[in-house]
Amino acid sequence: MSDTNPERPTALEELAHDPGSRKEFLRKMGGGVAGASAFALFLAACGGDKKAGQGSTTQQTDTAMKEASGDLEIVNYALTLEYLEAAFYADVVGSGLFKGAQLDLIKIFGDHEQQHVDALKATAMKLGTPADKPNTKFQLDSAKSVLELAATVENLGSAAYLGQAGRIQNKEVLAAALSIHTVEARHASALNTLLGKSHTPDGAFAVPASMDEVLPKVQPFIVN
Amino acid sequence: MNQDTLAADTLAAVEFDGLTRSSFILKGALVAGSVYGAAAVGPFVKTALAQTGGGDVEILNFALTLEYLETAFYVKGQTLDLSSEVMSVAKELADHEQQHVDALKATIEKLGGTPAAKPAFTFPITDQASFLKLAQTLEDTGVSAYNGAAPGIESKEVLGAAGSIVQIEARHAARIRLLNKVGPAPDAFDKALGKAAVLAAVKPLIKA
Repeated sequence: MSDTNPERPTALEELAHDPGSRKEFLRKMGGGVAGASAFALFLAACGGDKKAGQGSTTQQTDTAMKEASGDLEIVNYALTLEYLEAAFYADVVGSGLFKGAQLDLIKIFGDHEQQHVDALKATAMKLGTPADKPNTKFQLDSAKSVLELAATVENLGSAAYLGQAGRIQNKEVLAAALSIHTVEARHASALNTLLGKSHTPDGAFAVPASMDEVLPKVQPFIVN
Repeated sequence: MNQDTLAADTLAAVEFDGLTRSSFILKGALVAGSVYGAAAVGPFVKTALAQTGGGDVEILNFALTLEYLETAFYVKGQTLDLSSEVMSVAKELADHEQQHVDALKATIEKLGGTPAAKPAFTFPITDQASFLKLAQTLEDTGVSAYNGAAPGIESKEVLGAAGSIVQIEARHAARIRLLNKVGPAPDAFDKALGKAAVLAAVKPLIKA
C-alpha cells in the first residue's frame, strides 16, 4: 500500500531540512540552550517601549530552552540505550554462536540499532551535546542465553521508549522516537517468538518503563 | 482559502507534515469526502473548522475505525481453514484488537466525544495465504497510522494510550511477518502515514 501513497518524510529528515524547526531557531540564536539564554538576556537588556511584547518573547524563549533541554536528556537516554544495543549485536555477530537465518536476523537488528544511534546522535547534536558511547560488556555463553538477553534488552528498550513518549516536547523529536519505538517492538516480538514465548507479554496494552526503572537494568552491561 | 473549490480527489493523497491542527482536521474532512462522496464534504468541512479542541477525539475515532476493521478481520479469519498455529494467532489478535476497540470507545466517551459507529467491512480472504498477506498489510498500516497520528495528540494521557496500543500493533506485525517468512522489521524506522494515505489503503475494505 505504501508504494502507492506518498510517504511523510521522516521526522529526522524534517529535523535536518526544515528551516522552521525549533532546533534551527535555537541554532540561529547562537547554538542550543546557552544561545537561547543569551538571547533572552539580550532581549531583556534592550529595554525600550515594547514592554509587553518583550516580556512575552523572553517567556517563550525560556520555554523553548526548557523544552530543548528536556528533550536532549531524553534523546541522550535513548542514544545510550541504542549504543548498548548496537554494541551487543556487534559482539553477538563476532561471537560465532550463530549461523544462517538467525545470524542474518541478528545482523539486520544490529544494523537497525546502528541506524538509531546515528539518527539520535544527529538529533542530540542539534539540541546540544550527544552522550558519549559507553563501554559495554555482555555475557555471551550460548545461542539460547544470547537470544534471551537480546529479547530482554529489546523488550526493555520498547518499554523505555514508551515511557518517554508523553515527556517529549518537540513534535519532530516525538515522531522520531515513535518511529524507533515500534521497530524495537518488532525486534522484541520476533525474539520472543523465536524463544517460544508470547510475542505480547503485556497482553493487549504495552506497559511503559521509566528511566528509573530502566537504568538499573542496563547498568550491569556498562563498564567504566 | 476557499473550501468550496478544493478538490477532495487531489487532496486525498496529501500528507499532514508540519500542518496546523485546523488544517489537519480540514484535510481529514476532505479525505472523508473522497471516501463518502464529495457532496458530503461541504458541511463536514464547516463542522471541522468550527471545532475547537476536538482534535484528540477526532484522532481516537480514526484509530477506533482501524481497530474495528482489524477486529472484524481476525474474526473473519477464524472462519477459514487455518493451521493450528495461525488459528491461535488469529484468536489472540482478535482478542487484542477488541480490547483496543473497547479502550478507545471508553476514552472517547471520557473526553465527551461520541465513538464512531462500526462500519461494515468486506475482506478478500479465502485461505491462510490470503489471510496472512492481508494481515501483514493491515498491521504494518496500523503501525504507520498510529505513528502518523500520535504527534497530533494533545493530551499526554491519550498519547500514552496510543503508544501502548501501537507497540502491540508493531508486535503483531512482526509476528505475522514471521508467519509469512519475511523480515519482522523491514526498516530501521517505521514509516508514519497520514490519515489520507491510511484511509486510501483501507478504503477497499469498507463497504459503501
